[in-house]
Amino acid sequence: MELQLHENTVTGSKQKLHTHNFGDVVFKNLLRFFAFLILALVILMAYEMYATSRLSIDKFGWHFFVTSIWDPVQKNFGALPFIYGTLVSSFIALLIALPLSLGIAIFLSEIAPPFVEKPVSFLVELLAGIPSIVYGIWGFFVMVPWLRKSIEPGLSKYFGTLPLFQGAPYGVGMLAAGIILSIMILPIITSISRDVLKAVPRSQKEAALALGSTRWEATRIALSYARSGIIGATILGLGRALGETMAVTMVIGNRPTISASLLAPSYTMASVLANEFTEATSDMYISALIEIALALFIITIIVNTFARLLVWAATKNSESFERL
Amino acid sequence: MESILEIQEQQSKLKMTPAATPSSVLNNFVPVSDDHKIIARDINAYFGKVQALKNISLSIPGNSVVAIIGPSGCGKSTFLRSINRMHEIIPGSKITGSLTLDGQDIYQMDAVMVRKRIGMVFQKPNPFPTMSIFDNVAAGLKMNGMRRKAPLKEIVEKSLRQAALWDEVKDSLSKGGTSLSGGQQQRLCIARTLAVNPEVILMDEPASALDPISTSKIEELIYELKKQYTIVIVTHNMQQAARVSDFTAFFYLGQLIEYDETKAIFTNPHLKQTEDYITGRFG
Ligand SMILES: Nc1ncnc2c1ncn2[C@@H]1O[C@H](COP(=O)(O)OP(=O)(O)O)[C@@H](O)[C@H]1O
Ligand SMILES: [Mg+2]
Repeated sequence: MELQLHENTVTGSKQKLHTHNFGDVVFKNLLRFFAFLILALVILMAYEMYATSRLSIDKFGWHFFVTSIWDPVQKNFGALPFIYGTLVSSFIALLIALPLSLGIAIFLSEIAPPFVEKPVSFLVELLAGIPSIVYGIWGFFVMVPWLRKSIEPGLSKYFGTLPLFQGAPYGVGMLAAGIILSIMILPIITSISRDVLKAVPRSQKEAALALGSTRWEATRIALSYARSGIIGATILGLGRALGETMAVTMVIGNRPTISASLLAPSYTMASVLANEFTEATSDMYISALIEIALALFIITIIVNTFARLLVWAATKNSESFERL
Repeated sequence: MESILEIQEQQSKLKMTPAATPSSVLNNFVPVSDDHKIIARDINAYFGKVQALKNISLSIPGNSVVAIIGPSGCGKSTFLRSINRMHEIIPGSKITGSLTLDGQDIYQMDAVMVRKRIGMVFQKPNPFPTMSIFDNVAAGLKMNGMRRKAPLKEIVEKSLRQAALWDEVKDSLSKGGTSLSGGQQQRLCIARTLAVNPEVILMDEPASALDPISTSKIEELIYELKKQYTIVIVTHNMQQAARVSDFTAFFYLGQLIEYDETKAIFTNPHLKQTEDYITGRFG
């Protein structure tokens, strides 16, 4: 589409296009080739995973996704605990990271003077560059003991009657995974939200202020204007949380059970792949693991599609605004 | 330059003996009068080191339309924005002098309160794109904490009628505010401003982004609104100033050159500079 536009505006006449813009044609086809290459790669990957996991798919069918047995010895596999672990740990991460990120983004874009904004933004972005194994090690040696000794005993003492906080405080578990993931996705949500908020036209904030709004009300108008971008940022964070492997593996406890308690150990799809792929001996075992990979792949695609739809719905209005 | 000094001299004399100005000899117009709605005295406004307004003193009579004219960059918007304290939200800005609304010092009042009493319409229509037409008009009221449906509906309808938009949108109140045409959007913004029930409405080139038909609608509207509100309108369209305003102030390079009844400004300006600008010889 964009290339089409480019041709029309830059060259103007068709004749010129045919005779003089050999380079453009080559470039255009090259880009087209790359675009198709990506598509082909995705399809190839999906097919490859499907083919390798046929053994498991044929044997377990849909039961694979709704059963919780994970028994390599009996060659009996169900992926539900991993799917559950992935979705719930990512959800907890979002729950923690979203308000924090938004708060930081609002502070940076609306309140902080430049000499505060610049270094803080830099620090936030620095967080995104830290390798996940470092988060994992920090989580394992610092955060987990802290959770075990200081936080979780209190949670089970005061909120132990709730199913969410039942069981022994191991330190490792769903809560630890959620927290470490929230730290890891915080930079991406924060920095994109900040950019989006800074891109809100001044006229919008001025319109609110001129109506007699307070600074906070004007910020809410800005948030509402920027909402599609913020949703996009959130989804990107979710995408990262879903696929995050190393750090989670180190703190989640790696036990394929489904428990309502946040204190209980759990397991994610990415973690089980990382942990068990090398030791998978039987064909059925490998096949089951690859089916999990396929499922993770599909979940990611569904999540992103859903996100796109949300963003699309949210931006419909503001596009007509920009056309003005 | 001479003429600028001259008028300033006139003005400073004026403060002491308001009746002695040449304009007032002709038509009894007093540029700064204590019984006017808004009184600005010695306003100096800055963007960092740039001084955008130099010693502006003028007052705005209630229930009238005052037009501010002058070439681009002469400080029209800055003056307007100093009235509702929008100037101060720009980082590095500064303002000195005194501004009163009904005798109350605007800069001693709560800025939020000031802006409720002095509404503003911007050059480019800026409805809230995520809100429906109804919610756009209700936005200011909701911010003030009004939640009950019935009075909201009543005020929204009244404001849209006042803004001459009701008939065009009454069946599509739940549509997005930005689904309207440019001219309709600007009238929506006027309705949004009216809904908060201000006493004064500031308009910064409200029709400059609009087609001629929409422009004339806005002008008719200003004529209607004058009955209930005090209006200050910035425009670079001379005919518009002549058509809609009772009084006209001519700004140049951050200074007030001449301020008089619109009729007098356009038929019999006192200063050559004003005449040159009005007749299109510069600016
Ligand atoms: N946000 C700003 N930052 C710095 N200078 C500004 C800003 N806005 C206006 N100015 C300067 O102040 C002067 C007056 O501007 P303005 O009041 O917008 O003029 P007008 O509305 O008459 O065209 C101009 O010299 C302009 O460059
Ligand atoms: Mg202007």
